[in-house]
Amino acid sequence: MATRCVDRELLNDWHIVADQESLSQDAPFATRLLGVDLAVHNRSNKIEVVRSDTGATLKSAERYGFIWVCLDKPWRDIIYIPEANEADRHLVNGGSIAVKVSGLRAVENFLDMGHFPFIHTGWLGEEPHTEVAPYKVEITPQDEVVATECKFYQPIASPTAKEGFIVDYIYKVIRPYTVALYKSNPIQKHRLDVITLFVQPVDEENCVAHPYLCYLKEGMEAATVRSFMQLIFAQDKPILENQVPKRLPLDPRAETPIRADAVSVSYRRWLRDRAVTYGAIPAQA
Amino acid sequence: MITLYDYELSGNCYKLRLLMSFLGIDYKTVPVDFYPGREHKSEWFLKLNPLGQLPVIEDDGLILRDAQAILVYLAARYDPSRSWYPLDNPALLGEVSQWLAFADGITSTSSAARLHDGLFYDFDIDAARAGAHRLFRILDEHLWFGEQQGRNWICSASHPTIADIACFPYIILSEEGGIPRQDYPAIRRWCDRVKRIKGFTVMSGVFPAGPGKIAA
Repeated sequence: MATRCVDRELLNDWHIVADQESLSQDAPFATRLLGVDLAVHNRSNKIEVVRSDTGATLKSAERYGFIWVCLDKPWRDIIYIPEANEADRHLVNGGSIAVKVSGLRAVENFLDMGHFPFIHTGWLGEEPHTEVAPYKVEITPQDEVVATECKFYQPIASPTAKEGFIVDYIYKVIRPYTVALYKSNPIQKHRLDVITLFVQPVDEENCVAHPYLCYLKEGMEAATVRSFMQLIFAQDKPILENQVPKRLPLDPRAETPIRADAVSVSYRRWLRDRAVTYGAIPAQA
Repeated sequence: MITLYDYELSGNCYKLRLLMSFLGIDYKTVPVDFYPGREHKSEWFLKLNPLGQLPVIEDDGLILRDAQAILVYLAARYDPSRSWYPLDNPALLGEVSQWLAFADGITSTSSAARLHDGLFYDFDIDAARAGAHRLFRILDEHLWFGEQQGRNWICSASHPTIADIACFPYIILSEEGGIPRQDYPAIRRWCDRVKRIKGFTVMSGVFPAGPGKIAA
């Protein structure tokens, strides 16, 4: 039996529950959000999301190729991604994948460069280039966690990379279960490719990762963008699923961070400050 | 050159990448957007394989489907040592075929569980997991008794065969379908041996063996 969520921050926000492409006309798609079982109906292309317990139809929306739902009254709009309006970008759903771990762990893993040489060996990192150089972390006026000046040596940083180079990253935690990565484009060096990871909190120890990719089209095919994302994410999946505990501990003493974890330390503090408990092990008072 | 119609996260495609890596064969791949694009059910792909399944290879005009069938073909044609598919040894060939069929059973149970858990396939998850455990128990005992007789591989030979390759991927990926391998120590040791075969390569979700211990 899944725990119900009591965090207003999450109940009054929008979450993805399905990708539009995979919905069938024939049968409703069963999923779960914050411990609540849902059925996503696609009747003659009209989307309806229904709670299985009460039968109530929920407020839903379609954006970025995904179906969005809010379990209560939305306090704010769905995240705005300006790059999604740029005509020279591929806008690709990377393929929604279920992961048996708290979604907060998935967000934190996405923020971590330290694991690149060991988990994404030969792609996003390789020994002996294991050092995470110091980077900056701050909270923006929009109350997001941002890490800048992140640099890492990557043998194959993107689907079209021909050789290793030092890649510049910016990370941004936009909402508790949403994180974006901005990566310098190998051809148009002043512009950034954007990967937004929308994580659906299925329950406290299960999530679905819905990656949304905004890559510059120049020299790149949409299918390649998608398959590269899956290649990388499937390397993370078993690591995530073997994390213990499955929920993210917010007590600063629970897991010992190193300097490379500065952004994760800020993320956990930011979750504490916003009283996010769902998918977390709250800090002891 | 051999063309492999490939999907990175497919264990069945991985079987062929593994064998070709062991044999040192060059090949090119045509990526197929299996998920979420369902390109293996597209019109162009169904012309290659009316079953709508990966993998498929094309070699010298020959189009072949089914991972196990392709393993047989590639090993018979490209392995000069004749060890991966031992054409000169009828008893051993029979054993290999027996375990190739067993590998198909692993696919319909362990792989099905993985597709259910990770990619939302509508399968009977309890039946899939129970079926996988039944097969894992049989293989674990078989491997354990083999170890007692000094046999390291699935078939009665001093070297691995394509039966080892065919069984490996959906065993090593089983945890993604909620099928732990704690209770199968002989399977775990065998997985480690497979990972130490010269030319071993990984796929996403599979990690290389740790560095070997130096004998004291």
